[in-house]
Amino acid sequence: MPHDHHDHLSPSGHPYRPDDDHPLTYWQQMEIAVRELLIEKGVTTAAAINAQIETMDARSPAHGAAVVARAWTDHDFRAALLKDASAATRDMGFDIGPMRLIALENTDTIHNIVVCTLCSCYPRNLLGLPPDWYKSRAYRSRTVKEPRKVLAEFGVTLPDSTTVRVHDSTADMRYVVIPQRPAGTDGWQADDLATLVTRDSMIGTGLAKTPDAA
Amino acid sequence: MTEKPSFAGQRWHDMGGGAAGAVPKDQHDFSLWEKRVDALMIIASSQGHFTVDGLRRVLEDMGEEAFETMTYYERWIAAVNQNLIEAGVYTTAELAQRMTAVAARGTTYGEAASE
Repeated sequence: MPHDHHDHLSPSGHPYRPDDDHPLTYWQQMEIAVRELLIEKGVTTAAAINAQIETMDARSPAHGAAVVARAWTDHDFRAALLKDASAATRDMGFDIGPMRLIALENTDTIHNIVVCTLCSCYPRNLLGLPPDWYKSRAYRSRTVKEPRKVLAEFGVTLPDSTTVRVHDSTADMRYVVIPQRPAGTDGWQADDLATLVTRDSMIGTGLAKTPDAA
Repeated sequence: MTEKPSFAGQRWHDMGGGAAGAVPKDQHDFSLWEKRVDALMIIASSQGHFTVDGLRRVLEDMGEEAFETMTYYERWIAAVNQNLIEAGVYTTAELAQRMTAVAARGTTYGEAASE
């Protein structure tokens, strides 16, 4: 189908990069050629490629939010998560792959923020693909140098008494931040709490939403 | 004696601590061709044709200009392709022949992606 890309409209309202309707680029030409060669050589199949895309599309911050909400409500799970986040999230049914996942818990005195200064390492198997800004030069450069200024750009201003810990990811080790549970949520069920957990709060560039802001 | 080179033991991709402007907040949804590149990387590496280190080696050797002028998945398909050729999955001649055939199908991605 010449226009099959029209079947892939944005689910979130964000614009796609304007590639699909523009003249074929050299790199798109290469992608098509590489994909077809891999299928012809028996490395993969069109169905397997589609399945991988669907698998990746299905991963979203909602998965991480479920993990965080459970950590807020299940003491044993919280302990297991902080001990070995790979195993704990796997036990919840998430396919987090071979990479080591480490959970970083925010407290009254410690705020964690995650970056990958060398490339774009991100807990993609739990949270989905990273936001564009996570891969930007500005975020990668400045987060390890002036994290409070970066946080302020995201609307997060922390008291001087709060220690900010910056965690630099690697190809083999990924981090997920466990934000603090907002006040005013006593007695809430995990499913409701999960709605307060944003993507940015699990990267550390945000806080969990408060009940009145949810 | 000539002057010491200014090399500080840090390559261009090692960005931590550098000066930079405000964090850009623009967000785009990935288009189909970008998702396909992502899938090809995961599939080909999971089958052992290359590793994430192989991907990164090519990305890093592409240099800073590529980081500034190419999009994320443009750099990725270039790196995936380089690794697959090095692994002997296909040859540069096969790639060239196929890319020519792809371009002959039409002028948009949708047309060129349809065999």
